[in-house]
Amino acid sequence: MSRRVSVFRKEHFNAAHRLFNPLWSDEKNKAVFGLCSNEHFHGHNYELIVKVTGPIDPETGYVIDLKKLSDIIKATILDRFDHKNLNLDTKEFAQLNPTAENIAVVIYDLLHSQLGESYELHIRLYETERNFVEYPVQLP
Amino acid sequence: MVYVTRLEHFNAAHKLFNPEWTREKNEDVFGACANENWHGHNYELLVTIKGEPDPETGFVYDVKKLSSIIKEKVISQLDHKNLNIEVPFMQGKLCSTENLVIGIWQQLLPHLPKEVLLHCIRLYETPRIYVEYFG
Repeated sequence: MSRRVSVFRKEHFNAAHRLFNPLWSDEKNKAVFGLCSNEHFHGHNYELIVKVTGPIDPETGYVIDLKKLSDIIKATILDRFDHKNLNLDTKEFAQLNPTAENIAVVIYDLLHSQLGESYELHIRLYETERNFVEYPVQLP
Repeated sequence: MVYVTRLEHFNAAHKLFNPEWTREKNEDVFGACANENWHGHNYELLVTIKGEPDPETGFVYDVKKLSSIIKEKVISQLDHKNLNIEVPFMQGKLCSTENLVIGIWQQLLPHLPKEVLLHCIRLYETPRIYVEYFG
């Protein structure tokens, strides 16, 4: 049986967003989300690291062709989110608060639907150099 | 002469848009950056001052004080803001990184003590794009 290996592809996109719960008053949004709830938006350079784990294909020596993975990320994620306002320009966050947590889960679901069950997928998303999230949770 | 640099950062939304042009021309020139609903960046700001170390302190200038001035006079106006519509010193200007660095220089200079010589402001829009201004 071929040994399983993780391969990684790093991509980035720039987007505007605001954190806002429409069920709350402006005051409560401000109290909970602070500057991040600014009604005129702010933005980030998001760094995305996609990890794909699987067996090495004996014919190619690849877990997955990283060029193909890059093309899938570009078509599925970057074309959708890069230079966009996540709240206003994307259907994924029309009703969902675009926190780093929710963005990572959405990215996972979008990529998972493209890659299928044969690969184990993991997402790390940097909102800033110092704030990042991972999904799914990896058990020790 | 010694050069001392302080790094600060802020996150902001903006768009590149010339109101004198049609939407088509803006999209042609500025591409995705002209998106009418904005996009955003993590900006990194490097402020470099120069001078001789003070014989009593060993400092060109106390960088903690420099940091406080930058935060109070510049970062507080930019962080988590929309550069096109919420920043007084960018009103009526194109929100390019070039114009922003000049605006930051003009904003900061009057608030620095006379003995502090401002040498350079470097502004990163992304890890791969930055501008420098020497006044």
